Amino acid sequence: MGAVVLRLRAAPAVPLEAPCIRPDHFAALSEAEIARLPVWHGSEARALGDFFDVRGGHADDVRVKGELSRVKHLGAEMAGGRLVIEGDAGPHAGAGMAGGTLRIEGDAAAWAGAEMRGGVLEVRGRVRAYAGGAYAGSRWGMAGGLLLVHGDAGDFLGVRMRRGTIAVAGCAGECAGAEMIAGSILVFGDVGRRPGFGLKRGSIVVHGAVEPPPTYRYACTYRPPHLALYLRELARRGLPIEERFLGGAYRRYNGDFAELPRGEILAWTT
Amino acid sequence: MEIEGVRIRDTFAEAFDVWAARAVITARTPAWALEAARAMTGFATSLIGCKVEAGIEAALEPEATPDGRPGVAVLLFAFDRDGVAKRLVERVGQAVLTCPTSACFDGLPDAAERVPVGARLRYFGDGFQASKRLGPRRFWRVPVMEGEFLVEDSFGAQPGVGGGNLILLARDADAALEAAEAAAAAMRRVPGVVLPFPGGVARSGSKVGSRRYKALAASTNEAYCPTLRGRLGVATELPEDVNAVLELVLDGLDAAAVAAALAAGIRAACRPGVVEISAGNYGGKLGRHHFRLHELLAAVEA
Repeated sequence: MGAVVLRLRAAPAVPLEAPCIRPDHFAALSEAEIARLPVWHGSEARALGDFFDVRGGHADDVRVKGELSRVKHLGAEMAGGRLVIEGDAGPHAGAGMAGGTLRIEGDAAAWAGAEMRGGVLEVRGRVRAYAGGAYAGSRWGMAGGLLLVHGDAGDFLGVRMRRGTIAVAGCAGECAGAEMIAGSILVFGDVGRRPGFGLKRGSIVVHGAVEPPPTYRYACTYRPPHLALYLRELARRGLPIEERFLGGAYRRYNGDFAELPRGEILAWTT
Repeated sequence: MEIEGVRIRDTFAEAFDVWAARAVITARTPAWALEAARAMTGFATSLIGCKVEAGIEAALEPEATPDGRPGVAVLLFAFDRDGVAKRLVERVGQAVLTCPTSACFDGLPDAAERVPVGARLRYFGDGFQASKRLGPRRFWRVPVMEGEFLVEDSFGAQPGVGGGNLILLARDADAALEAAEAAAAAMRRVPGVVLPFPGGVARSGSKVGSRRYKALAASTNEAYCPTLRGRLGVATELPEDVNAVLELVLDGLDAAAVAAALAAGIRAACRPGVVEISAGNYGGKLGRHHFRLHELLAAVEA
């Protein structure tokens, strides 16, 4: 069973909504059936084959090629299989995904992995705002799985996150982990203003510069034993972890005291 | 059969079904990991007397542990799954949680059965504990005065084999001890087994029940006590030239591990001063695992 390959013929004039691009669904479909799957081009209902050359079928290993930054919902809600985006991905890539592996070779637009529940979303480039976050009106953002970002992350990373792990090799924007309910966010660069505001539980671990909000209280400087597991797992998955982080101590800030103060910001020191 | 002038009795070691778990203890240094492991495996020589048998399986390099620190693998055996669960909670709670810098992880993650360990010990955190989930595994961070104790939520439990044994019959106590030490060292090198008695060796081999004291579950095995040779009511099992006997008892994660360790132990124990190597059994009534000594050696040579 070979891979299914989709090649976008040309960048669409208006955003193309293609939540049908899911490897777990492709496993049961022939090449012709995949080409007939519905997409939205602006307000117009079209078929996937109107925009993509489709090669292969009956496989849950899918590669998508072309200028995809205007293609939305790639791999959204996928529950299994492997999807590789050879380039940038449009908004909502991997949103709500529950399983499988989604790898984006370039950058991911806003809402990458929003409200994802499981699986692994790996972005080799940057992610924009609200990665792993919650949609407006939703109680929970990311509720499981692993979001791995090799570049930087935008604002509101993991907002209202409830479970799972987000790791960012670069820096994160403002309000990372805002209103977080549980889970772990690890950033290996700097984070912007107001990290973890309104956080109830969960951990924000920062290895670069960070200024905890005033509603956090310094507790102690120590070596959280669980972080060794996280760092080793992230390194195993190919995230570049500097050697100095493996044995370091962290300043622990408890908070957010404006909320249920059972969370923490762990700021790496030496 | 003879090896190096030592007779190998044509008999079998009788072992029985138990349940097993493996704990991986890590700490800042190998010495502290070993301290915790020793405390956890203390007073765990006999299922009958201690409700648990446990021992140190191996020292682990940092690369082989979940958190990249030096570690020690401990095997623990009980009669049933619930026994494994209870003993793990007691011993991790009293011996590992208390030990500076330690953490404790499941060493049988692929076992089909799971027993709660961190899920129970977390209550020591009195509401301040926090959980972390990494992939399929869940951990508890329990606040302690030094920082945090990290323990895995549940541990794998699997059927194991308990009570494998060898009996070394020697001309004198020195020869018996040297042979036992050599055998224990060889047996410990086999993965998946532990020898729960002190140094891996027991001098007080027992029989089931008692001739005189009905309340006793076990009492001295007079047939192997050289001081009782010739006493009325004693059917000695000892040849004339035997003046000291030591026993090695082992538990394993499976019958193959026990068999390999027994074979290694027999080979290592065949040295000057040892007259005969035998094994303890109850005529096949105690357990379904029968390790015939001659067959073990034949399998190794094959």
